Amino acid sequence: MSIVDILDLKKVYDGGFEALKGVTLAIEEGEILALLGPNGAGKTTLISTVCGIVNPSSGSVTVGGHDIQRDFRAARAMIGLVPQEIHLEPFETVWNTVRYSRGLFGLPRDDAHIETVLRQLSLWDKRKSKTMELSGGMKRRVLIAKALSHEPRVLFLDEPTAGVDVELRKDMWNVVADLKASGVTIILTTHYIEEAEAIADRVGVIAKGELLLLEEKAALMARMGKKTLDIELTAPVVELPAVLAGYDLDLISDGQTLRYSYDTKGDRTGITKLLADLAAAGLQMRDLLTRQSSLEEIFVDLVSETDQEDAA
Amino acid sequence: MNLQAVKSIYMVEMARFFRTLAQSFISPVISTSLYFVVFGTAIGSRIDQVEGISYGAFIVPGLIMLTVMTQGISNASFGIYFPKFIGTIFELLSAPVNFLEIVIGFAGAAATKAMFIGLVILATSALFVDITIMHPFAMLAFLVLTCVSFALFGFIIGIWAKNFEQLQLIPLLVVTPLVFLGGSFYSISMLPPIWQTISFFNPVVYLISGFRWSFFGTSDVPIGLSLLAIAGFTALCLGIVWWIFRTGWRIRS
Repeated sequence: MSIVDILDLKKVYDGGFEALKGVTLAIEEGEILALLGPNGAGKTTLISTVCGIVNPSSGSVTVGGHDIQRDFRAARAMIGLVPQEIHLEPFETVWNTVRYSRGLFGLPRDDAHIETVLRQLSLWDKRKSKTMELSGGMKRRVLIAKALSHEPRVLFLDEPTAGVDVELRKDMWNVVADLKASGVTIILTTHYIEEAEAIADRVGVIAKGELLLLEEKAALMARMGKKTLDIELTAPVVELPAVLAGYDLDLISDGQTLRYSYDTKGDRTGITKLLADLAAAGLQMRDLLTRQSSLEEIFVDLVSETDQEDAA
Repeated sequence: MNLQAVKSIYMVEMARFFRTLAQSFISPVISTSLYFVVFGTAIGSRIDQVEGISYGAFIVPGLIMLTVMTQGISNASFGIYFPKFIGTIFELLSAPVNFLEIVIGFAGAAATKAMFIGLVILATSALFVDITIMHPFAMLAFLVLTCVSFALFGFIIGIWAKNFEQLQLIPLLVVTPLVFLGGSFYSISMLPPIWQTISFFNPVVYLISGFRWSFFGTSDVPIGLSLLAIAGFTALCLGIVWWIFRTGWRIRS
């Protein structure tokens, strides 16, 4: 059952810029959905609209069955938002600002819950510090703590690990995994394909205000995943023997290596026959290496395809 | 009604006030004392009684109004402008709160601060001159209404302002002149007839006159008109605030 339902959502800003061109997206309860897309693709506008910061031009959004405009209280009460930019009241202490967020969402004071959140994010020692005294990574943790203070069922993380060091990124992935385990639905936008690959269940790709693709991460990688087989030769060849002309082969490393591209979803990969033909052509192999294309390559392919379509 | 949210906003705004308590508390005491030294003692000793009241006592209501109006505006306008400026407004916009709750939180805190400072000035004045308040309940009612309406007005300015310069513009260019020319330090009846007529177009005249009436029982305009003026101003500000949140003007794109 989907917890967030976005139907033909459009947003045209006052200046005439069309940030969302009819996005339809159903987010399943308990999943981690990664939204990938280049800068200006509409990721932040999409999130901001669901959270109530941007008014939609048309279309509808429901969260937990509650319309975000007609029934905004019930819808927003379910949502936690960690914005991309670090926006914090500089003179407030960590403790106060996190407690404030809980109150703003209409929940009674619960110091034990806030302590749990702060400890989980390694902020407990900093609870009495003013937010302006914290490092950038710590400030981002405070933003997450604020979003978690009111026990959201749906958490939006807008570029949560942009400009964050490796250690903190791993910490955040752990927090995200814990939240998922407790049943929270998580939607994150990211530039880091590695992040989507590491933690997402499903991946959506947004470019120019449109959702180009939405698929299970594993299925996506299997469907679009091409594999390459690098065959390192004992001696370089200048050109391919005629017997190998029928294969999708490239000569790389000055003829030292043959790169064979094949599709994993095909019934036959053609590897056995290729290796036999290689031996028949008198080429000796020193080493073999297979490689599967990453989400990043899939993503770049997809986005550059739309660019080409636009140009055509 | 999300009362918890109203309370949270109100408490955070009040905490800002208490963080700068010295500034919030001491500066009005000092400036009031200076007014009394200059107007009450130095100049006031050469001025006859105004409408049967010693000049020192006469200026007390005007002085309170002057401070309450400017403080109400500056507290509320800064209170809502600051989250806009630093970006924390996103949290208010994405929280399950409606416009009324946000306004009550911000304007309520600003009005409370203004009220507090008004009472501090009243207490400070009592050290310099004898003050009798003929209609204490009316006095409090006027004070509360003025604090609330000018806090609402300040809230609107804070939403409207796109930078710190604009934030200061209306208080400096519109409100301060209107308050000074609204009879804070003189009775409208002391002016030449043409200026008296012009003065009646100044809404602040009605507020100060009504407030002064609650102290001394005399006023430049009928008390009913004063009440109508302050109620009308409050209603107008509430209407504008309601429209702002309905349309998302300057806060929600």
